[in-house]
Amino acid sequence: MIKISGPVDAEVIRSLRAGDTVSVSGVIYTGRDAAHKRFVDLLKDGKPLPINVDGGIIYYVGPTPAKPGRAIGSAGPTSSYRMDAYAEPLLKEGLKVMIGKGPRSKEFKELLKKYGAVYLSAIGGAAASISESVKKCEVVAYEDLGAEAVHRLETEDFFAIVTYDSEGNDLFEQGIAAYKKI
Amino acid sequence: MRKIELSQVTQKVKEMFIDACQNVPDSVLSALKNAAEKEQSPLSREVLQKIIQNDLLAREKSLPMCQDTGVAVVFLTVGSEVVFDGDIYKAVNEGVRLAYTEGYLRKSVVRHPLDRVNTGDNTPAIVHIKIVPGDIFRIDVAPKGGGSENMSVVKMLIPADGVEGIKKLVLDTVFNAGGKPCPPVIVGLGIGGNFEKCALMAKEALLRDIDDSSPDPLAKKLEDELLEDINKLGVGAMGFGGTQTCLAVKVNVYPCHIASLPVAINIQCHAARHKSCNI
Repeated sequence: MIKISGPVDAEVIRSLRAGDTVSVSGVIYTGRDAAHKRFVDLLKDGKPLPINVDGGIIYYVGPTPAKPGRAIGSAGPTSSYRMDAYAEPLLKEGLKVMIGKGPRSKEFKELLKKYGAVYLSAIGGAAASISESVKKCEVVAYEDLGAEAVHRLETEDFFAIVTYDSEGNDLFEQGIAAYKKI
Repeated sequence: MRKIELSQVTQKVKEMFIDACQNVPDSVLSALKNAAEKEQSPLSREVLQKIIQNDLLAREKSLPMCQDTGVAVVFLTVGSEVVFDGDIYKAVNEGVRLAYTEGYLRKSVVRHPLDRVNTGDNTPAIVHIKIVPGDIFRIDVAPKGGGSENMSVVKMLIPADGVEGIKKLVLDTVFNAGGKPCPPVIVGLGIGGNFEKCALMAKEALLRDIDDSSPDPLAKKLEDELLEDINKLGVGAMGFGGTQTCLAVKVNVYPCHIASLPVAINIQCHAARHKSCNI
């Protein structure tokens, strides 16, 4: 298991390979469809983002409300392909790690090579377990979006799997090819 | 006539949604454990074990097992001798509202598909009512997540496509979905009827117990053959590659037009949540 911490070191990210399991600590920002649309609209207008994504990690999640005494509610990944169209403007700003679930487009994989970034998978549906690795959570932008608001998470040992690395390797392709029998 | 108090319906619906989101059925948990034992890929096996640990943790700490606590789907089976003391749809929606606002569940419903403003309480529910003889009143609830629902399809095949055409459609759908619907999945198939009937049957098929088989011999044969074939696709847990892509296939059938072979495929993620009760 490789340890990484947000904000991340660009060289460490380049050294990750599809299939590596990683333990993520430090700062992670959350965002999904609605927040990404707002980010990209701001950048289009030449305005600054409400968060610093340089060397950053974005986790595609819309958690359940936290029960009293817990930092965050259940917080598993959402399907990442819906954010493909928003990826490049954020990569240009220095975003290095995206965490979600499921396959993404060919174009997205090319962007990871171009910008030296990686795509990690969290385990879909393992939302209660994942919430245990979030120690602190606060809304930092777009509170009006409710579960889709941008949160700043402080994490310890968040389990993830390198799915697409910065050299174009794809764990889904490799894994499925090894077991496909029909 | 048997009178049902709507306040009781509201209370039951509330309790059932909270319960469903926190407690995966024992039969689903057993199917996941069985899949973890059979899985040949070490990575997918590790992922299955983490899913099982998650589901047990959710039960132990009364947390939603998945953050996508879904759109609230409710099936009511109402005996013709049953009367309600008011608006049954309102009573169900009130139960959903209370479950999602007081039960720490995520609100995942927007008021309009184009303006996308969240309703704030996960209403309205999607309610299906079936009238049957007698005085039974049964409630089935199924919170349904968006990731797996987005991978579902309805296709109007023609008789010449036959069983082979249905199999190809199902295999292509599951393979192309890859990790998106959170495999291992359960596949609900509605075959026959017409455009809307087959979609409803596919959803109803997912309410069946994970261990049962169709009483219809042709449907059962298709369930068994498709399960075997889907698990040869290699998709594995969360799409990482493996031998356990699908936990069960459920086929519901209905008579149809001489020109048509309607097929609906409703994909269910591994967090197969549903609860039922009789009042």
